[in-house]
Amino acid sequence: MVEFSGDLHYAKSHEWVRIEDDGSVTVGISDHAQEALGDVVFVELPELQMVIAAGDEAGVVESVKAASDIYAPISGTVIAVNELLDDAPETVNTSPYIDGWFFKLQPDNLGDVQNLMDVNAYETFCENEEH
Amino acid sequence: MGQRTPIYTLHVDAGAKMVDFGGWDMPIHYGSQLEEHHMVRQDVGICDVSHMTVIDLRGPQAKAYLQHLLANDVERLEVPGKALYSAMLNETGGVLDDLIVYLDGDGYRIVVNCATREKDLAWMSQQTSGFDCQLHERPELAILAIQGPNALAKVSAVVSPERADLIAKLKPFIGAWSGEWFIARTGYTGEKGVEIILPGTDAQNLWQALVASGVRPVGLGARDTLRLEAGMNLYGSDMDESVTPLESNMAVTVSFEGDREFLGRARLEAQLGEGVERELVGLVLLERGVLRAHYPIFSGDQQVGEITSGAFSPTLEHGIGLARITVGADNLTVEIRNKRLPVQRVKLPFVRNGKQVYQLV
Repeated sequence: MVEFSGDLHYAKSHEWVRIEDDGSVTVGISDHAQEALGDVVFVELPELQMVIAAGDEAGVVESVKAASDIYAPISGTVIAVNELLDDAPETVNTSPYIDGWFFKLQPDNLGDVQNLMDVNAYETFCENEEH
Repeated sequence: MGQRTPIYTLHVDAGAKMVDFGGWDMPIHYGSQLEEHHMVRQDVGICDVSHMTVIDLRGPQAKAYLQHLLANDVERLEVPGKALYSAMLNETGGVLDDLIVYLDGDGYRIVVNCATREKDLAWMSQQTSGFDCQLHERPELAILAIQGPNALAKVSAVVSPERADLIAKLKPFIGAWSGEWFIARTGYTGEKGVEIILPGTDAQNLWQALVASGVRPVGLGARDTLRLEAGMNLYGSDMDESVTPLESNMAVTVSFEGDREFLGRARLEAQLGEGVERELVGLVLLERGVLRAHYPIFSGDQQVGEITSGAFSPTLEHGIGLARITVGADNLTVEIRNKRLPVQRVKLPFVRNGKQVYQLV
């Protein structure tokens, strides 16, 4: 079964955002997204200190099936990337919400997360997308 | 809803992700394409390929007909059950399909691709004109491929002693009858294994017996990465009617011996005379990433071709692909998302019997 994590905010392009205690945000892709992609074999992460706007390309995830762009869910500066994914890209499949995160942003405006979906809205969004 | 093989319900019960494949509902994977790939390289896997088309050829002029129809020469089939890989060409040398033909008593058994079925049958039927022979499609038959270093042992353990004995004696690239089963030491993975052509209910029983004995199902996704690692072409991706076998790494499967008038011969000879301009080669991506079909290949600033099949090789853990490029082009790069990355041309296959074959210089 596909899991939906309750404490996260979701973009229509299937990234999730978690607000950390220090005001930064962590970004990854949802369980629904990783399942649709299949086995992930390569992840291209953004460069540190890169300034990105919401909706900009921030990386690429390649599965056995296809290459898909990763978009910044909100605007900000890249302050960390998950180097574990260089050697173990399959972590995106096995732990999409915890160990398989992609990058952390210092957001321009943390309030921007309100433009994203909450878990209930995202779950409905995924259901509608399938039909 | 697409067409369904006799194994359809067993796929669904095993949790397969089903996709449309040439009009058939087929399993792409059962959870993890990578795991299924590794299973075949390291142990054994079973794959339902019943969507492929089986055609039996009979009649006193069956041999003469195939010598006209195929670029390879069935004269090479010297022992009963022997298999031959061949291209079937149109009059201008374009590849209509690739196929396997087995010598079967006085006749032949031919296995062609599923997506090309109607085109092939129409062409093959048209070409029988002037030959005393008949084509019989066998849509009621299923095909199971059991592949991997432990494939022969696993199959032998669940079939009758007579069939186990037959499998033990079969040499590579030979098939033999056992009742209604045709068992052949062929495959599309670069591993040991058998392909068994058999009635649908028998296929269901064999599938279940193998799964009960611990053999896990392998989807068409892993089948594709296995064949690519094995350096084998996929029709529709690596070759089609727009190219000849000489441009498709299939020259060794064309028999020019004697003056046999096979379809497309004149064009191939003319092409040899003019010089073949393009070739299909194996490429390895030297940096991290994945090669995919249609990525352009450059030599310096000049585009010299494109990838025809690409993947992340689960065995080698880097990008590999087949590409059609200008003959002799060197210092190759591939363009991925507007970046040029170095690729090295290698001798195929990439992988044989679980191990890397080529050497990077």
